[in-house]
Amino acid sequence: MATHTLDITKEHCPMTFVKTKLKLAQIADGDILEVLLTEGEPLSNVPRSATEQGYKVLSVTHVEGNIHKVTIQK
Amino acid sequence: MADKKKLSLIAFSGEFDKLTAVFTLATGAAAVGYEVNIFFTFWGLDAIKQKRGRAFVGGNWLTKMFGFMMGGLHNTPTSRFNFWGIGPRIFRKLMRKNNVATLEELVEAATALGVNLYACEMAMHVLGLKQSDFIHEVKDTLGVASFLELSEGGRTMFI
Repeated sequence: MATHTLDITKEHCPMTFVKTKLKLAQIADGDILEVLLTEGEPLSNVPRSATEQGYKVLSVTHVEGNIHKVTIQK
Repeated sequence: MADKKKLSLIAFSGEFDKLTAVFTLATGAAAVGYEVNIFFTFWGLDAIKQKRGRAFVGGNWLTKMFGFMMGGLHNTPTSRFNFWGIGPRIFRKLMRKNNVATLEELVEAATALGVNLYACEMAMHVLGLKQSDFIHEVKDTLGVASFLELSEGGRTMFI
C-alpha cells in the first residue's frame, strides 16, 4: 500500500478536483493519496466529492495558514 | 440503483471564452462523477479538429476556406475584446499567470476524464468535415434524435 501526494494549492476550479480525480484514477486500490489544498471551494468540495464517488476520506488536517491536507484511500 | 448524474452540453459557439466555459463545466462535472456529453455543432466543431492551427480543412474550396478562416482551437477569437486576435493571447497570458487552466489544458483534461465528445452530423455536412478530421476521442457523429436520447434524464445546456 503506497502513499502518494498531490499539491493543488496553486490550482483553481475546475482543475482542483480534476487533478485529484486523475491522480486517484492512476493509483492502485487501497493506496493513500494525500492532497494539499486551500480553504474555500477545494476544501469543501474535494473531500465531499471523493466520498460521493466511493473513496474513503481518512482525515482532514490543518497544515499551516490556509493550507489543509486531505487524506483519501482509494 | 440511482441513475448517474448527467450533464449534456451543446457546444455551438467557437469563441475562446465560450469554449472555455464548455470545457470548464465539462471537466468539473466529470471530475465530481457526472456522465458528461458534449455535442459540438457549427462553430463549436472547431474545438475538436485534429489540426489546431489554421488549416484548409473541408470538402471543397469553399468549405476549405471556411475551415481556414475558423482558424482551429489555437486561433479561436474571444466574443468580446478580440482586437484582431490580440485579446485571446492576452487572456491566455492572464490565465497562465493566475494558474488557471488554459483552453487546451481543459480539452486535454476532458478527454482524460472520459468526457463523451460527439459531432453534429448536419453541421459536418455543411462545413465539409469528416469524422477523421476530428481528434480520435470524438466517439461518434450524431443527429438531434440521438442527442436527445443521450441527454435524457440529465441537465442540458446550450453554449
